[in-house]
Amino acid sequence: MKKVLLAAAIAAAASGAAFAQANDTIAKAKSSGVVTMGVRESSGALSYTLGDGKFAGFHVEICQRILAELEKQAGKKLEVKYQAVTSQNRIPLVQNGTVDIECGSTTNNAARQKDVSFLNTTYVEEVKVAVKANSGIDTIAKLNGKTVATTTGTTSVQHLRKHERAASLDFKEVFGKDHADSFLLLESGRADAFVMDGSILAGNIANSRNPGDFKLLGEVLNVEPIAIMVRKDDAALKKLGNDVIAGLVKSGEMNKLWDKWFLQPIPPKNIKIGLALSENTKQAWASPNDKPMEEYAKK
Amino acid sequence: MAWNWQVFCRETTSGETVVGCFGRGGDETYLNWIVTAWGWTLFVALCALVVALVSGLIIGTIRTLPNSPWLVRLGNAWVELFRNIPLLVQIFLWYFVIPGIFPAMKGVPSVVLVIMALGLFTSARVAEQVRAGIQSLPRGQRYAGMALGLTTGQTYRFVLLPMALRIVIPPLTSESMNIVKNSSVAFAVSIAELTFFARQSGEETSAPVEMYLAATVLYAISAFAINRVMGVIEKRTRVPGFVAAGGMGGH
Repeated sequence: MKKVLLAAAIAAAASGAAFAQANDTIAKAKSSGVVTMGVRESSGALSYTLGDGKFAGFHVEICQRILAELEKQAGKKLEVKYQAVTSQNRIPLVQNGTVDIECGSTTNNAARQKDVSFLNTTYVEEVKVAVKANSGIDTIAKLNGKTVATTTGTTSVQHLRKHERAASLDFKEVFGKDHADSFLLLESGRADAFVMDGSILAGNIANSRNPGDFKLLGEVLNVEPIAIMVRKDDAALKKLGNDVIAGLVKSGEMNKLWDKWFLQPIPPKNIKIGLALSENTKQAWASPNDKPMEEYAKK
Repeated sequence: MAWNWQVFCRETTSGETVVGCFGRGGDETYLNWIVTAWGWTLFVALCALVVALVSGLIIGTIRTLPNSPWLVRLGNAWVELFRNIPLLVQIFLWYFVIPGIFPAMKGVPSVVLVIMALGLFTSARVAEQVRAGIQSLPRGQRYAGMALGLTTGQTYRFVLLPMALRIVIPPLTSESMNIVKNSSVAFAVSIAELTFFARQSGEETSAPVEMYLAATVLYAISAFAINRVMGVIEKRTRVPGFVAAGGMGGH
């Protein structure tokens, strides 16, 4: 019983200490010498694990640059801890201070902006359509009467439904349990198309047996700004992060990073994702903003 | 935790709240959707239950035949095949592998495939219970049938099965309830049933807890309804003085 009490007391003390510097990561890093980066196990080339507690990806690398700058400002060597997060726990972990900066694949939307802050958009996800290259389907309109696959528990289903209603198209929907299943539906001919985030489609195609058998349609069903997440009102870190991002864009390094993660072979399997830099992402870099998804949808 | 049950009145495409909660004229609210999903759950479960009981009864019976070693082996192979492979894997085999081997199966709707997978999976378990029921009868019953000059078929029809099936009603009740709960794996092959509904609408509405709770209640109601129906059957088929008299406690 005493041990339990002791543990509770330590936990209370630790959380008390965290509260004391709740919203200032820079001050926290200065005093503790530790900073925690939230990462995803498998968010495509944005953030993924190499196994053995190592993480890599486009967003992970941007975050590493930000933390290098943070280290300069803190004026001492910082220990960077990696904490794997999931869709369910990423926001609570950022709110309660377990994670100082989240570098996964989080969509910036109005609801989340009430709980956390986002750095300027670094990546714009486009919901796209993958089809077999020889299917003769080259526009969404040609999906009329066809079977369309998507993954259960994703917002792509919603975009598809909205589009179906708006364009008065009529197609049959089938749902995979996860992205791999949905891709199998397309591969095995059970579906004529797979609707999902462009990066996921590109990743699945790159990893398939014959990547040349598939293609992405040019049309975009929806766009979602994806951004690095920090604690709400952590203005100092937000400014520092945005400055680093602006610097990367200005020096042209952002383009190089894109090339490195999306167009060149990446570890561990040395496969090319092959996702070209989109017009939307380019625009987000050119005019930095932290607008939520809802404002992207309006235009 | 604040509940938001109003979310069920929202239209699934526009997100607007519909007066009266039920959408009309092509509009569909989450309430409409969960009712449809419940219908799919019940449809899959009840059809699979029929498949499971019919094939389980046949396989379980032939496993006890006295002079047909090959039929017994066939029955044993059936049971071991269907109960040693996880249900989710079996559903994938039916959905992706079998149509790959037999192209004629490609046109079969996925709901039929999932009913076959769930029904045959459960049939192995039903067969085992039917076999246990028949083998639990005293040997004298079979001999009595033979002494009366009944054929094997008649012995089963008039003596063994009526007794054995009464004995196995309680475990069959469990199986029948399990089939409702196991039907939740059907979402893996694109059946829009309750689990699918909960996962999908939870993501769309940002109210996953409400969605999962509603689905949980409907699963529980469905399984309990089956339990009550089986309870009535058990009561109605009771024969005073027989082994399955029930309700007497242990003696």
